[in-house]
Amino acid sequence: MEQWGILYDEWRQVMISGEALPPLQRYFVLFYQAFIEADRWKRYLSGVGTTLTVTAMALILGIILGIIVAVIRTSHAQQRPGQRNSLLGLVNLVCRVYVTVIRGTPMMVQLLIMGMVVFKSSRNFTMVGALSLGINSGAYVSEIIRGGLMSLDPGQSEAGRSLGLNYLDTMRFIVVPQAVKAILPALGNEFIVLLKDTSLITVIGGKELLYAAQGIYSRTYEQMFPLFGIALIYLVLVMIFSYLQGILERRLRQSDRR
Amino acid sequence: MIDVKHLSKSFGHHLVLDDISQHIHPGEKVVIIGPSGSGKSTFLRCLNLLEEPTAGEITFDGTLITDPKVKIDLVRRQMGMVFQHFNLFPNMTIRKNITLAPVRTGLMKQAEADETAETLLQRVGLRDRIDAYPAQLSGGQKQRVAIVRALAMRPKLMLFDEPTSALDPEMVGEVLEVMKQLAKEGMTMVVVTHEMGFAREVGSRVLFMADGKVLEEAPPAQLFGSPTHPRLKDFLSKVL
Repeated sequence: MEQWGILYDEWRQVMISGEALPPLQRYFVLFYQAFIEADRWKRYLSGVGTTLTVTAMALILGIILGIIVAVIRTSHAQQRPGQRNSLLGLVNLVCRVYVTVIRGTPMMVQLLIMGMVVFKSSRNFTMVGALSLGINSGAYVSEIIRGGLMSLDPGQSEAGRSLGLNYLDTMRFIVVPQAVKAILPALGNEFIVLLKDTSLITVIGGKELLYAAQGIYSRTYEQMFPLFGIALIYLVLVMIFSYLQGILERRLRQSDRR
Repeated sequence: MIDVKHLSKSFGHHLVLDDISQHIHPGEKVVIIGPSGSGKSTFLRCLNLLEEPTAGEITFDGTLITDPKVKIDLVRRQMGMVFQHFNLFPNMTIRKNITLAPVRTGLMKQAEADETAETLLQRVGLRDRIDAYPAQLSGGQKQRVAIVRALAMRPKLMLFDEPTSALDPEMVGEVLEVMKQLAKEGMTMVVVTHEMGFAREVGSRVLFMADGKVLEEAPPAQLFGSPTHPRLKDFLSKVL
């Protein structure tokens, strides 16, 4: 390790003096500078930590919000004509406004509004970021869930109800398990978008991966390696997740075997 | 057992059932025939309120079930229903399909429900498929399981909504056989079907429906032997 450090110092001096280094040596210096000097890899690592934390928190919030909104909107739509509940109608309207506004404005603008207007005085950028992303994700997740519930053959819940099962049991044992299986690919996609969108929270000061890279290249003035580095990290994270999702989908497909 | 008074149902401006009054006695096998779009299925689905009637009253075993205050789940537990497209739950094994409702509604403990499922499956010749998933069964097998699933709730009445219409021809027989067996055991049945042979053999009364009305009703021998209504004559000349 130490010899590398010595080599780095030596070649870097050459570069600073303005002399041209052979490409291999040049890239070595840039790599060392971007990841190893001053233990910079620790900053990427803590960036990954924040990215994953924000993703997890936003995902949980997004799914909770998504389920609530989807259930409200579907049960509103399923009411018998002439027996509409006016409170449910009001809540449904709120949900529709929420989905429209969130889907109709850019994520970045939403983040800036949350960070600089709504939570102007908060210093906990990570939490504000997670909250904004979760609220954003909830709108999309609710549409995914709503689609899953609507795509299911109405005969399934009719069969449940005709056996005398109540609405909740029918949802719990028949509708939801099948809907979950149907929406899993879309939900996985939403998770991937969420994971990558955490990079946006840098604009309100959230210290995630992109923030680490920016911090480093603002000192070294060398952008290539930090940016390629975090791009690779995002890619690996997404690939790991896609792999896990694949395993889960195969397990849920158990009942399809013939 | 079921008393239907002035039942009407419309979807939007389209009147599907037009002022139907009927009485179904215990042990009776009522077979409903008629051209598609005549309201047969809607009538059947009104009997357990899968469709909400627009007007009229339905009384089941002395309970006015069209009353909004009635706990409809309790009523439905006493009426089995078999669908055209089986509607088995694809995410559960056959065992779970059959035992879910009896266990969840508190009718039976799991062990008792398992035993019931096994006994009933034995009767329809599917005892060995109890741990299979619906996707592994043929159409005829699925429909027999669907009948067992309804029977597991020990219903007082069975509703059949075109139970053989989605089946390949060679599988129709096995399902009709199970239904005939059920009829022999004295189950009260209301069957919407296009199987005229079944209507003739099993029905104690046949209703001919068209345009949302019951145009003719009689015991099968009479209805098929000497139809009076021109619509019925026309219909029979096409299907027989």
